[in-house]
Amino acid sequence: MSAPRDTFGRPIVVVTGMGVVTSLGAGKTDNWAKLTAGESGIHTITRFPTDGLKTTMAGSIDFVSVDPFSSTDLSERLADLATEEAVAQAGIGSKGNFPGPLFLAVAPVEVEWPQRQALGRAIGSSTTIDYDQMLRVSGGGKFTDYHRRFLFGSVADHLADTFGTKGSPISLSTACASGATAIQLGVEAIRRGEADAALCVATDGSVNPEALIRFSLLSALSTQNDPPQGAVKPFAKNRDGFVMAEGAGALVLESLEAATARGARILGVLAGCGELADSFHRTRSSPDGKPIIGCVRNALADAGLDADQIDYINAHGTGTPENDKMEYLGISTVFGERASKVPVSSNKSMVGHTLSAAGAVEAVFSLLTLEHQRIPPTINYDVPDPAIPFDVVPNTARDARVTTVMSNSFGFGGQNASLIITGEPA
Amino acid sequence: MTDTSTSKTEATEAWITGIGLATSLGEGLEANWDGLTERRVNVDDKGFAPYLVHPLAPVSFDAQIPKKGDQRQMEAWQRIGTYAAGLALDTAGIKGNKEILARMDMIVAAGGGERDLAVDSAILNAEAQGNSAPGFLNERLMSDLRPTLFLAQLSNLLAGNIAIVHGVTGSSRTFMGEEAAGVDAARIALARIASGQSDIALVGAAHNGERKDLLVLYEFGDFNLKDKFAPVWARGKESGFALGSGGAFLVIESRKHAEARGAKPYARLTQVIADRTSRKNAGDVTTSLSKLWSQLDGVDSQGAIITGATGAEPATSEERAFLAAHPEFAVRATGTSFGHTMETQFPLGLALAALSISKGKLFPPNDSAGVEIEMTKAPSQIVVVGAGHWRGEGMALVEAVR
Repeated sequence: MSAPRDTFGRPIVVVTGMGVVTSLGAGKTDNWAKLTAGESGIHTITRFPTDGLKTTMAGSIDFVSVDPFSSTDLSERLADLATEEAVAQAGIGSKGNFPGPLFLAVAPVEVEWPQRQALGRAIGSSTTIDYDQMLRVSGGGKFTDYHRRFLFGSVADHLADTFGTKGSPISLSTACASGATAIQLGVEAIRRGEADAALCVATDGSVNPEALIRFSLLSALSTQNDPPQGAVKPFAKNRDGFVMAEGAGALVLESLEAATARGARILGVLAGCGELADSFHRTRSSPDGKPIIGCVRNALADAGLDADQIDYINAHGTGTPENDKMEYLGISTVFGERASKVPVSSNKSMVGHTLSAAGAVEAVFSLLTLEHQRIPPTINYDVPDPAIPFDVVPNTARDARVTTVMSNSFGFGGQNASLIITGEPA
Repeated sequence: MTDTSTSKTEATEAWITGIGLATSLGEGLEANWDGLTERRVNVDDKGFAPYLVHPLAPVSFDAQIPKKGDQRQMEAWQRIGTYAAGLALDTAGIKGNKEILARMDMIVAAGGGERDLAVDSAILNAEAQGNSAPGFLNERLMSDLRPTLFLAQLSNLLAGNIAIVHGVTGSSRTFMGEEAAGVDAARIALARIASGQSDIALVGAAHNGERKDLLVLYEFGDFNLKDKFAPVWARGKESGFALGSGGAFLVIESRKHAEARGAKPYARLTQVIADRTSRKNAGDVTTSLSKLWSQLDGVDSQGAIITGATGAEPATSEERAFLAAHPEFAVRATGTSFGHTMETQFPLGLALAALSISKGKLFPPNDSAGVEIEMTKAPSQIVVVGAGHWRGEGMALVEAVR
């Protein structure tokens, strides 16, 4: 018997394991229960002082501790947790021996303030501090660990060691589409026949003062701090921005052939991936929506499906005035009259925007939607925006027959990526 | 560990049809070639003393980034990269070709994060003087950070700027992870073309080595070359690298696509392979490179190797042990001439390999340690090697088009 192929003659790529951590909790069970109960993980920030900040809430993950704190350490820890869950569910390989490559979506790594302040203390208060002084105290072995920690490849390096992935691990950033891109790279590797399995992980632990302030200075964040649970209002008329959040998602991808051969349970099919970059502006989408439209169409074409066959859209849905409007323009152009009928909900209304992790976190939630035949709601939807007549599954989860999901991710720098996930091999 | 490789079996042939270089030796192919031929080394031992850096040769950014507004939105690493990417598109003859650019893949290897050194220093000084009120950091960052600085720091915004300035929009992927990111960018681009997932790709990286915040990162690990310049192979106990500024971009496309539009190749990109050992044991880099070498298909004897050897130890000594097993090969270390351009070093090696093959000669040695030997015949193959200063090993085979 020949290997199972899709309509284009490519190996069919399936999901056999998944893991997730968000501000709602660790693990699929906890996350799904809260997500379908319409609970929010957004809360007032206690990790650092918020004096003087316009935004004082986030979906930070405070139940996983790293000490001393750095966003890179937290990202690594979250990636560990999600990957452990995914690999355990897949039951693939053996401990510390994953039989395939790693694709990791991770926030750009940088030396953070606690480390910079440690350098300041090493210089002391009797000398004027500048970067020459910082250079003077940096060497000699006192801060060797900082080099290891703050290399861009450091989180992937750790995961490759821990889980025994094969070959050169790829760390990537396509901004808020990173998680989807990690999955796309895994799908492509399996389709090329390079690998029978791939580990696709996306993680973000970026809630620190400077990261928050950077987004705040771009006027991207919601400032509706009270109550924090009510801040993210995707597609609602009173939406005013996204809320930063932390999380990780991990997927074990395999060829259907390899998964079947080892008797693995198949959780879903990665039927298609689409991408298209926007050359309009660094933070804004092209007003004609063409890149988003093209991205969505590319994903459909890659899956060999028509828009009519999509019965749920897991939206990017950040809750910024601009994103949600552009997402509606893109979807309504491709879906026509069905745009107001197909359910479109935003997980970010509850977990916030997990940034580099979002594409993978939302892919996991899309797969759980397929598994449970239940669509998580868009919460905080009290004031509909007449310009966005989506069925957003307002405020309450809904049972529905769902066979094919589209999950969208759009990011700064003109990054657009869409995934199409189905429940069973075609 | 098992390698990740792009097999050339039944694969679509891929050509390098565009090369863009902006480095410490100059901008464009001829300036870089002349610099190499003259064994020129542009190293600054004063501006960052005691550290050495290879500064970017003067370039007119206007030539590739016509809008001043675009230039202002970028930090140096993005300007260098956007400039070099434009040169690559020019040499490939597709600058402004909207039909091709709209479906062209883009994979960029990037670091990121040029900081505002004055803001950082002022905050640390204030804190050292006892100003540690809750919210002090918030207040200063809110008032002192330029709002658009973030966009100049984000890793994926080099690709974003290339899309905006040059219109490359088929895809946009940014790989991070120091030297290995440059290897993997080329590896994935070739794999996509070889398998028919893509017809044409823009691949490359850019690095600004003239940054104290980057020197700090590498100084943590005592990797910076200090006080006195020496060729990579002659650094001995004074090991380390001098950071270099530079951008290197390639246009890679399927032979069929290139022929259909009448594009001339510099060379063929046959294979890109990569691996990662955890380097726990002495000699791991030697073993890893030897294994990659064994996976190259049909390497002729007495060929050439262009390596991105960093000068950092123990990686460079272990790489030298690997090279010693191939004494008949003419080796060239780009780190001597260009400094260490981190993510850019491997794409730079690919660019120089393709250029050498197209010119029918290898550039001369620049080494006092006897590792680099003369090569008089025209190279028909060049192996490009990249062993990261801390992690990652990669190799590529660049060949003359037959």
